[in-house]
Amino acid sequence: MTRFAPTLPHSSDPPRSGEGDHAQRGGGGFRLGATPSKIVPGGSPLHHPSGGPPPRIGDDGRATRWRPGLRGEAGGACHHAEIFASADEASGAAFALALAIDAADESVDHRPWLWVQDKAAIRLSGRPYRPGLPEALRHRLIHVAVDRVEDALFALEEGLRCRDLAFVIGEIAGNPRALDFTASRRLSLVAGRHGAPLWLVRLAARHDLGSARMRWDVAAAPSPPPRWNPQGPGDPRWRADLFRAHVFQPGQWMLGHDGERQVLAVFAPDHGGMVPGAGDRPLAAEPLSA
Amino acid sequence: MAAWCPALAIDRWRLSRLALETAPDAPLVLVGETAHGPRIVAASASARQAGGRVGALLADARALAPGLIVHPADPAGDRAFLESLALWAQRWGPWSALDPPDGLIVDVTGVAHLFGGEAALMADAQGCFAARGLSVRLAIAPSAGAAWALAHYGRDHGTLSPDADPLMALADLPVAALRLDDAVVLLLERLGLKRIGDLATIGRAALARRFRDRRAPAANPLVRLDQMAGRVPEPILPVFAAPVPLVQRRLIEPVRHRALLDRVVEDLAMALARRLEAMGQGARRLDLTMWKVDGEVLHRRIELAAATRDPAHVMRLFAHRLDDCDAGFGIELVRLSAPWAEPLALTQTDLDAAAEAHGTSLAACLDRLTVRLGADAVRMPIPRASHMPERAQHWVAPDPALALAPALALAPAPALALRVQEELALHARPLKLLDRAEPIAVIYEAPDGLPRLFRWRGQVHEIARAEGPERIAPEWWREKGAARLRDYYRIEDSAGRRYWIYRRGLAGDGRGGAPEWFLQGICG
Repeated sequence: MTRFAPTLPHSSDPPRSGEGDHAQRGGGGFRLGATPSKIVPGGSPLHHPSGGPPPRIGDDGRATRWRPGLRGEAGGACHHAEIFASADEASGAAFALALAIDAADESVDHRPWLWVQDKAAIRLSGRPYRPGLPEALRHRLIHVAVDRVEDALFALEEGLRCRDLAFVIGEIAGNPRALDFTASRRLSLVAGRHGAPLWLVRLAARHDLGSARMRWDVAAAPSPPPRWNPQGPGDPRWRADLFRAHVFQPGQWMLGHDGERQVLAVFAPDHGGMVPGAGDRPLAAEPLSA
Repeated sequence: MAAWCPALAIDRWRLSRLALETAPDAPLVLVGETAHGPRIVAASASARQAGGRVGALLADARALAPGLIVHPADPAGDRAFLESLALWAQRWGPWSALDPPDGLIVDVTGVAHLFGGEAALMADAQGCFAARGLSVRLAIAPSAGAAWALAHYGRDHGTLSPDADPLMALADLPVAALRLDDAVVLLLERLGLKRIGDLATIGRAALARRFRDRRAPAANPLVRLDQMAGRVPEPILPVFAAPVPLVQRRLIEPVRHRALLDRVVEDLAMALARRLEAMGQGARRLDLTMWKVDGEVLHRRIELAAATRDPAHVMRLFAHRLDDCDAGFGIELVRLSAPWAEPLALTQTDLDAAAEAHGTSLAACLDRLTVRLGADAVRMPIPRASHMPERAQHWVAPDPALALAPALALAPAPALALRVQEELALHARPLKLLDRAEPIAVIYEAPDGLPRLFRWRGQVHEIARAEGPERIAPEWWREKGAARLRDYYRIEDSAGRRYWIYRRGLAGDGRGGAPEWFLQGICG
């Protein structure tokens, strides 16, 4: 499992564009999830091109692939996920809700859930609107609006500690200084200890350092024409990119609500990882065409 | 049982310290201030003999009886005295009620045998009142109204057996015994109806017709008659003693440092927890009051989502509130009280260790959030009956019991009644609503139609698909007459982003210039 380990000198690591997931950037003192034996001194790690933790290899030698409806089987009990999304669309929150419904059996869980928003997130993307929420979740929402990111982190942590909450959704805009790796790790530990999932939506944020077990990039995708009004918008679809995961292989999907059953469904499967044994081959998914 | 103290104010004054200086049979009057000068509100028997009539102006009474001894009346004190008297009178029955300004009602149903019968009970009560120096008239009857009538207008120690017909037994009493307003009594007397028995002679239908528009029981003799006969219920508000759990510490040395103050508050919280536990209650509201050496007083108040008496939890909540305390030259007295307490059975006591192992309860979580972030930060949306989208939901403080109730328990009447138009299945509503609808610049082909492009936050969106319009008219009963209607469209741009936009007004509706477009909601 994940543990802290002292880092080896990585001064020769070339800076990677676009992703700041690495403790070695800025001379960080530790590195998450990699034991020193797996790091080649002076070069990049072998198992993953971007240096993240390796996908877990199952007993049959295959890495687990994420799919909707896992519900904690196949080692998929993810307690802390980050979802990066644009602030001009509600895809992040909607996708987090879809994942939360997908990860838990909502038909038996009647506990309330918490939605924490900081001031910038409210200003950019608005407050939850009860008639637009999924019907099973409407009456159970407890909303927390805070001014400062520190307060938002406090509220998230208190929510995770609470045994009477089904899940916690956080919405934080930008890359505030308070939400650093330590804060993220703290949330992960609390979520892991108390078992309540945390879905943290990051609006208009860089992929900074974080310890979430799944990190998604989400954007809206054109919806299918509805059956009765082909000119109108249909059920939402998202282009979801799982670019970092602790137990799953990264991949890209076209996800959306299955209109009639209201469950998360895959409409364009991931193309990467067709070869079962990873070996030394990088496991990054091929980019989805178009 | 009805007890009437005809001279409550005078008796109470005589029992007070001031009375030692005056003779017991001095002509004493108590006066209240009115717009026309002091007026007599209570007079002793000797004063009444001398000419001091209750209700007369003091100047008139002085002209008749120059020797009157005058003291100011104290109606609030009399009222408080009556309340304590009502609690004291519960020695004869399970509950008692006030009958202001100078009477009591005690429920003695089924308790007379404890005193050896109703007559013995009344003798006991008479003796107790006499021992306290109060003159009293007592009566026992099957209904409160009949007992009141007997106590005020019947013979002393009157008893009415349960099988007697109150209307027949009390037929000789004046109509004022029906507890009617003065104006109604005057009206009945002018009609020649002076006794309760007279009312029976003119028939029920006539009375009902004459007083058909009087709803208050004190203005409608028919209702009072029925109450006296026990035909209609008469709710009576009983008096209960509710002690406020309170602990305080007087400090030998004034406290000036936070660490010491924390110790004191912890000590108080534990003492209060013991006291609340003894009462089987938990605090919903806690007041911490600190008296400073320099004469100032500091107050801190917290409210809790659910009843608790856990000292660690109380301590943690107060720790946030004590940060901005200015001790000045020191705090010499600290008091912790729980003005609002609710029954709380014994449960596990160690909340912190349990929280580490099993997580906190929802109530504790809400308390912590509310104390640090403020009550306005933690809210729950509930639907509101309005068809304007921004008014259709209302934010209220979360109630743990309501939030934890399963959907089925919510489904009965209140939830169905609250099911407002916005939540109908045929409406597709956005996931999020902006606090204030943001204006967008649009390019349209026809002013009444759907735009082709719009610019929002510096970005141009091309509308690929749209559904609408859904016309929402202004709420004319709430807004000004010039408010414009809205045409809502649910749109999807070429990149798949979904929004909820509206046009305010119509071209040429005579309520302003060209219609403006706004973006209000963001769909998932």
